[in-house]
Amino acid sequence: MWDYTDKVKDHFLNPRNVGDIENASGKGEVGSLACGDALTLTFKLGADGKIEEAKFKTFGCASAIASSSALTEMVKGLTVEEAEKITNEDIAEYLGGLPKEKMHCSVMGREALEAAIANFKGVPIPMAQGELVCECFGVTDLEIRRAIQESNLKTIEEVTNFTKAGGGCENCHDRIQELIIEVRKEGRDEAKAEEGPKRLTNIQKIKMIEDVLEREIRPALRKDGGDIELIDVDGDFVMVSLRGACVSCAASQTTLKEYVEKKLREQVIDTLIVEEVKK
Amino acid sequence: MSDKVVYMDNNATTRVDPEVLEAMLPYHSELYGNPSSMHSFGGQVGRAISEAREKIANLVGASSDEIVFTSCGTESDSTAIFSALQAYPEKRHIVTTRVEHPAVKSLCENIDKLTGHKHKVTQLPVDSEGMLDLQRYEESLTDETAIVSVMWANNETGVIFPVAEIAAIAKNKGILFHTDAVQAAGKIQIDLSDNSSIDFLSISGHKLHASKGIGALYVRRGTPFAPFLIGGHQEHGRRGGTENVASIIGMGKACELAGARMEDENNRVKAMRDKLEQGLLEKIPSSMLNGHKTERLPNTTNVSFEFVEGEAILLHLDRFGICASSGSACTSGSLEPSHVLRAMGVPFTAAHGSIRFSLSVYNTEDEVDYILEKLPPIIENLREMSPFWKGNHTGAVGSSQCKCSC
Repeated sequence: MWDYTDKVKDHFLNPRNVGDIENASGKGEVGSLACGDALTLTFKLGADGKIEEAKFKTFGCASAIASSSALTEMVKGLTVEEAEKITNEDIAEYLGGLPKEKMHCSVMGREALEAAIANFKGVPIPMAQGELVCECFGVTDLEIRRAIQESNLKTIEEVTNFTKAGGGCENCHDRIQELIIEVRKEGRDEAKAEEGPKRLTNIQKIKMIEDVLEREIRPALRKDGGDIELIDVDGDFVMVSLRGACVSCAASQTTLKEYVEKKLREQVIDTLIVEEVKK
Repeated sequence: MSDKVVYMDNNATTRVDPEVLEAMLPYHSELYGNPSSMHSFGGQVGRAISEAREKIANLVGASSDEIVFTSCGTESDSTAIFSALQAYPEKRHIVTTRVEHPAVKSLCENIDKLTGHKHKVTQLPVDSEGMLDLQRYEESLTDETAIVSVMWANNETGVIFPVAEIAAIAKNKGILFHTDAVQAAGKIQIDLSDNSSIDFLSISGHKLHASKGIGALYVRRGTPFAPFLIGGHQEHGRRGGTENVASIIGMGKACELAGARMEDENNRVKAMRDKLEQGLLEKIPSSMLNGHKTERLPNTTNVSFEFVEGEAILLHLDRFGICASSGSACTSGSLEPSHVLRAMGVPFTAAHGSIRFSLSVYNTEDEVDYILEKLPPIIENLREMSPFWKGNHTGAVGSSQCKCSC
C-alpha cells in the first residue's frame, strides 16, 4: 500500500475544482487511456489578467487525482506568466510529497498546465516538439531532459518514476541512459567522478589492469630489480605472479596490497582484490 | 481505516482458521522438540508431522511420501522446475503460459541467468476468456522440452485450466509436468491418484487458511528429483532445513478442513460470488467480467469498470473497510496493467479499472450486499471525474499512442 500524505488523501477523497470550464481561456489535455492516466485542465482568466478559475478531469490513481486537484488550487490568482513557473516539484511539495514511484503524476499535472497555457497563447505544446524516446508512454527527449535536470535524476529507474519513460517495453533504456549522461555532463563537467561506479566488461577490465601494470607498476618494481606478471582475472580477483627480486623480498606482500592493489583500485575499479599465485 | 473489515482478497492471503491456530499453538510452546531427534520428546513431533503430511496428501489424492514440505508456493515452484532441468540437463526448453504467477513466470524468464545456460521458454498465449489452445500447446512440445509448467487456476481471474488433460499430453511425449495449484488446492477437487499424469504440484498454506511461510510440493513417486535447499536429511533428503513444525501441523489441519468444506465452497461461496458478480455487472454500466464464465474457481470474480482506474477504486473501497485488489498498473508499482489481463487482450479502457474480489467460507451474504451498495456510487463518482467518461479527451503530449506489446 502506498504511503500517501494526509494532504494527498484529502485532495483524492475531496478533490477541488472537478469539471470543465466552458469557454475556457486555455485547455490542456495530456496522457491517454492506454497509459493509465490522463488529465484535462481548463482555466479562465479574469478581467485583471489573473487566473480566476481552473478545473480538471482526471483518469488515474489517487496521486494523479490529488496532483490535479492541487494544481487547480495553486494556479488560482496567478498570472499566466507566474503559473508557467510552477514545476512538478512545486506540486509534490504542495501535497507534502509523493512516493517516488508516483512523481510522474505531478509531472503530468505540470504538463497539462503547460499544454493549457500553450493553447491559450496559440502556440504548439513545447514538450511535444522533441524526439519521441519512449513509444510506450509517448515521452519526448525534452521532457526527459528537463526532468533529469530539474529533479537531479541519476538512474533510468528515477527517470521512469518521474516521466514514465522506459516503464513499458524497455527498448528505450539505452537512449535514456545517453540522455542522463548528456544532461549531467552539461550540468557539471568537472564532477566526473560522481558518475557512480563504472560497469566494466571483463575485456575492458583486463585491458585497464594491463595498462596500469605496464605504465606504472612494472617500471616502479623494476627500479628495485623486481617484476610482476598478470596471470588471470576472475571477477574482482586479480591473480599475479611476482618475479625477480620481488620473489625473495620479505616486503613483497605489503607491496602487493599497499601498492599494486591500491594503484589498481584507484585507476580501474575500487573492488579489485590482488592475489599472488605462486608457481 | 474503517473499523469494519469486509475481506474479499482471499486469493492474496487468507485468515488462519481458529481451529488451525489451536492445532499449531502447542508446537510453539511445550512441544518444541526437533522431529529429527532420537529422544521421544522430539519423536512425538515427528509423528505429528507424519499425520499432517497424511492430511495434505489426502486433500489432493496423493500418498504421504509424495509430499515435501517447503517454505511457500514459490519455493515449491522453483524446486520442481530446477529438478526437471537437473534431471535433463541436455534439454533446454520450457513450456509455460503467459498468465502464470510471477513465481513461475519470472523464474522461467530468468532461467538463463540462474543456470548459466541458454534456454528456450515458450509462453503459451490465452484467448479472451483466458483459456489455452491445447492444439497449439501440443505443437509446442519438442524433444528438447524438459518440463511443462501450467498453473491449475489463475490467481487474478480464477480461470481453471484442464490440467489433467494438459499433463497427459506431456506424459505421452515423456515430458515432466508441473502445475502451480496454489489457488486451486482446497477450493476444487484435485485427484492425483491412479491415472494422474502430474509429476509436480505446488501448494501454499496461507491460501487455504493455514499460516504464511509454509508450502508443499507433491512429487509423484519415481519422478526425478533434486533438492532445492541442500542441507540435512530432513524430508528424506528432499529438502534441507529444520521443519517449520507448527506451520506444518497447521497446514495439515487446514487441508483437512478444506476437504470437509469443499462442498460449502462450491455451493454457498459460489452463490455469494455469483450474486456479487451479477449485481455489479447489472448495477454498473460499462462493466465486464474478465475470464471464463464457468471454468472458474468458485470464489473468484474479476470485473472491469471502464474509464476509471483501479487504485482509486481500491482506496475508496478501503474507506468502507472493503478489501479487494486490482490489476491496474498503479497498484503494482509498475506502469503497465496486469500481465494476465494483457495476455487476454482486455482493452486498456478496462484493464486499468479491473477489480478482483476473492471470497472465502467466512464471507456472508450481508457483506456481498454491503459491497453492492457501496461500490456503484464510487464508480459513478470517479467517472464524473474522468475525462474519458462522456468526454472527448484525445491525449496531446508526445504521441500518446501506446505502441508497445502490452
